[in-house]
Amino acid sequence: MTKFISSTINHFILSIGLLIMIVPIWIIFASSTHSSLFINTNGLQFFLGDNFIDNYSRVLFKQSGFFNEITALKMFFNSFVMATGIATLSVITSLMAAYGLVYFKVKYATFIFWLIFITLLVPLELRIMPSYIVMSKLNLVNTFAGLILPISASAIATFFFRQFYKSIPDELLEAAKLDGTNSLRFFIDFLIPLSRTMIAAVFIFMFVFGYNQYLWPLIMTTSEQYWTVVMGLKTMYGSISDRFAFVIMSMIPPVIIIIFLQKLFIQGIFQNK
Amino acid sequence: MSFLELQNITKIYPNGTKAVNETSLNIENGEFVVFVGPSGCGKSTLLRMIAGLEDITNGKISLDGNIINKIDPSERDVAMVFQNYALYPHMSVFNNMAYGLKNRGISKEEINIKVNDVAKLLEIDQLLTRKPSMLSGGQRQRVAMGRAIVRNPKIFLFDEPLSNLDAKLRNQMRLEIKRLQRQMGVTSIFVTHDQTEAMTLGDRIVVINNGVVEQVGTPKEIYSKPNTKFVAEFIGSPQMNLFNCKIENGIAYIADMKINLNNSTNIDDASLGIRPDDILISDNGQHSCVANLVEYLGSDMIIYSKIGDQEFSCKLSSKINLNAGDTFKFDISSTLVHLFDNSNGSRV
Repeated sequence: MTKFISSTINHFILSIGLLIMIVPIWIIFASSTHSSLFINTNGLQFFLGDNFIDNYSRVLFKQSGFFNEITALKMFFNSFVMATGIATLSVITSLMAAYGLVYFKVKYATFIFWLIFITLLVPLELRIMPSYIVMSKLNLVNTFAGLILPISASAIATFFFRQFYKSIPDELLEAAKLDGTNSLRFFIDFLIPLSRTMIAAVFIFMFVFGYNQYLWPLIMTTSEQYWTVVMGLKTMYGSISDRFAFVIMSMIPPVIIIIFLQKLFIQGIFQNK
Repeated sequence: MSFLELQNITKIYPNGTKAVNETSLNIENGEFVVFVGPSGCGKSTLLRMIAGLEDITNGKISLDGNIINKIDPSERDVAMVFQNYALYPHMSVFNNMAYGLKNRGISKEEINIKVNDVAKLLEIDQLLTRKPSMLSGGQRQRVAMGRAIVRNPKIFLFDEPLSNLDAKLRNQMRLEIKRLQRQMGVTSIFVTHDQTEAMTLGDRIVVINNGVVEQVGTPKEIYSKPNTKFVAEFIGSPQMNLFNCKIENGIAYIADMKINLNNSTNIDDASLGIRPDDILISDNGQHSCVANLVEYLGSDMIIYSKIGDQEFSCKLSSKINLNAGDTFKFDISSTLVHLFDNSNGSRV
């Protein structure tokens, strides 16, 4: 009986939390299926309308931007490339950095690690001028490389992998050594498969981080060809229902990534197995 | 030249701790040698130096005629079984065993044959597709052994591999290790702090204390003629009784008890050792004591008593009727005692 009560209370609290998060999104979605005229006269809508296909296909393919050089579809493509690039590169760099710090007898490894960690205090927004100058001298303005590279080293991810590697018993390396492995093979045959769940977690974090970038792409791109979704949200001129449709669509890529990696992601956060 | 030679091996850790001090040892091909000593005595360090997992501060190790000091562990052709098994958690049992062979560039067919043969030998052929997390302690132990055996190395190194098993399984695995070693004839070094394991497994035992080899010998030699007080106390269960005594003209004085040693030794500060089962209890014994505590072990029992203020124990058949508080009579034969000079701990 007490179990039933406590379970009821738990579900009640969870339901409230769920409603608080879901209802605004639902309202945006429901409103995005009505015509702008209808919303302008009747306000936000809670029930679905019948303009779903009209609105969404118009938004996806409409030429927009100041010079009408880009479509929403292209923005999604740009954002996807940028976010995937940032997530992939930061996983690779932080995996390798942590490997170097933990497994090689680096003098002052702890000091170097804290130096890396301190870079958290210097976010991109703070070093935006020097970063821009470097990128422009490398002729990387208006390229994907320019969008991706300056944000693709993550101190937090390095920290996660370092802590994880430290929890791997030394005997594993020793046994592998006696089995004739070398540094590179140990990395590929052991550390990468063992940190699979961790990689998924870091990948998701970094994907969302990259997807949400606003200021950096704004500065790095002068050509509308490289606009990203988040920039589009700001500059998306059009009717109210078009904007709502765009907002809803902008949430889809991170959601897809999370759905696919969810199982690994949860394992990676809650247990290092 | 011996198969494995250690010459004046010294290990000093960066923090200044001397783990192993000037140790020399020769091990012959096919021999089963056990390193035994209390924890922290340097026995594992010595083993790890042979494996190449630990740098050697000073000295030389040669294996099969080659000096291996600077040779990478992967090229020494030694296999090691670790205390916590160190199985590769993300690989199946098959891959755990095959990994070392793959790294040596052996063909797939041959790996298949070898792994299956060894798995059969160890009776783990049903488990080849499982992951280590799905195995019991004993099964993991077998896989760890299989991983070592399948490579057919020059030397097996065992680093306290039985200490994580329960008592019953430990005895079973002990026998199995001994049997496998005999069968394959591979030189093996086994590290343990358990003197029973040492006595039962080893062709020869190396007793180590504080980074120094105290004695090397067959189990029989070590048990019947311990070189030092340390070895005397360490080997044998229950522990050897050691009485502090003064010896004048071949007579040992322990409190008010006199024991005639039938020689003409004179030592001011000596230890007289006698194993608990060498104390002869009989109704017409010369000495008598009160049993303070009686421990019943089934077929045997152990009696704890005191001579003066020095405690001692004797082990006897539990068929004898003796209870705590009873007085018993006993003899100590001069042929069964071990004498040590307390000034340096060595045998007289």
